[in-house]
Amino acid sequence: MPETITTDAEILERMKAACKDTLKCMQCGVCSGSCPSGRHTALNIRRIVRKATRTTDILKDEQLWMCTTCYNCQERCPRDIDIVDVVFKLRAIAVHEGIMLPEHVKVSELLLEYGHAVPIDEDRRKQRAELGLDELPQTVHSHPNDLDEVKALLESCGFDRIRDNRNESVSGKETG
Amino acid sequence: MKGLSLFLGCVIPNRYPGIEMATKLCLAKMDIDCVELKGASCCPAPGLFRSFDKASWLALAARNIVLSEEMDRDILTICNGCFSTLADANSILKNDTILREQTNGHLAKTGREFKGNIDIRHIIEYLYTEMGPDEIRNHVERPLNIRVAVHYGCHLLKPSRERGLGSFERPEFFDELVECLGATSVNYPDKNECCGAGGGVRSALKEDSLKLAKHKLSRIKDAGIDCIVNACPFCHMQFDTGQEEIRQITGIEYNIPILHYTQLLGLALGFSPRMLGINLNVITDNQFIEKIENGQ
Repeated sequence: MPETITTDAEILERMKAACKDTLKCMQCGVCSGSCPSGRHTALNIRRIVRKATRTTDILKDEQLWMCTTCYNCQERCPRDIDIVDVVFKLRAIAVHEGIMLPEHVKVSELLLEYGHAVPIDEDRRKQRAELGLDELPQTVHSHPNDLDEVKALLESCGFDRIRDNRNESVSGKETG
Repeated sequence: MKGLSLFLGCVIPNRYPGIEMATKLCLAKMDIDCVELKGASCCPAPGLFRSFDKASWLALAARNIVLSEEMDRDILTICNGCFSTLADANSILKNDTILREQTNGHLAKTGREFKGNIDIRHIIEYLYTEMGPDEIRNHVERPLNIRVAVHYGCHLLKPSRERGLGSFERPEFFDELVECLGATSVNYPDKNECCGAGGGVRSALKEDSLKLAKHKLSRIKDAGIDCIVNACPFCHMQFDTGQEEIRQITGIEYNIPILHYTQLLGLALGFSPRMLGINLNVITDNQFIEKIENGQ
């Protein structure tokens, strides 16, 4: 997490370093043609690959979060670009700049509190008992010392600061 | 070969506990050496936390792996997302010295250390590789005379370079595991397309995510099947809960029963639909349950 304010140029340098593999791209479009999300949503993965080292605009674009990480694009890329890794890296840079969708902040809070992105609820406790399972699974839900370890690890990695560092919202506009 | 520890993840124990029960019943009945992995957390989810921060994603994944290393057991996953995170993290930490040192630096604060001496398995590839369709067929007590739409799910197969389970374009091993139970795996257009849930799309952009699910459900409905069988609780949730969400948005009702493979296997091994939690889905189809119970 940045302790000081980073400039646009500094962020772009980080994008260039993280995504230099995309310079091999010849814009053939096999990735977009293979993209199941792009069939139904605004996602244009070819354009994200194109812009990965060229503009910080994409960090604020909702398209970056429409990728389901299905890996079709990466499997079929004739230039062997690890496109999903590029998506992961761009998303991480965005998150570290405080750009995060509100629901993703909530899921992060659940992980920080419960050690589960999807914690148990009352209905499922009952269902578990009816099935003959322990009401709580043998995960961190049943083992508080293990949950403390998870919390210590997240603190050690500075994960709580990601949640607290939000400063910008994601826009739905096209990257052009 | 090492024994196994069962990694539950989040969605199975906390949303679809029937899959947990089905898995435990099947493993016990087939005499597979597998114990609970106690104290594990979220894997953590690949599309979310791997996207947010690689260091904390690796640290939590490493801790889950270490819990099983300390028992000298391989991890058995029953979720494509957990498989993706744990298999990728295991491989990264085994091969990248710098990342392993960094991650062990965090783990040291909990008194643990990643050693890199176990493997991560997924129940589908485990059953196919270690037992195979012919041996599983010998366990069948109730042959299933039904038509099944198999949904592999992306992260079981891809990235294929890491998974090593063959071509992602036309895989067949999951279909073989379904057919050895007496069922027919029905081909349908766009069979290997994504359910739409992964990558944090379902959690943050649900309507977009449901467009992908709706596309697959409509293709599957046209194929004339009795149920969809998956290998991942997140695909399971997307198709089951998603059907109700799609109905609320569009008014379209598909009414397709959704089963995790362990639930289909459990039926073939003779367990009742209720024991396997099939009645706990959002979409419940009494005709399907009657068809199973009455031996078609």
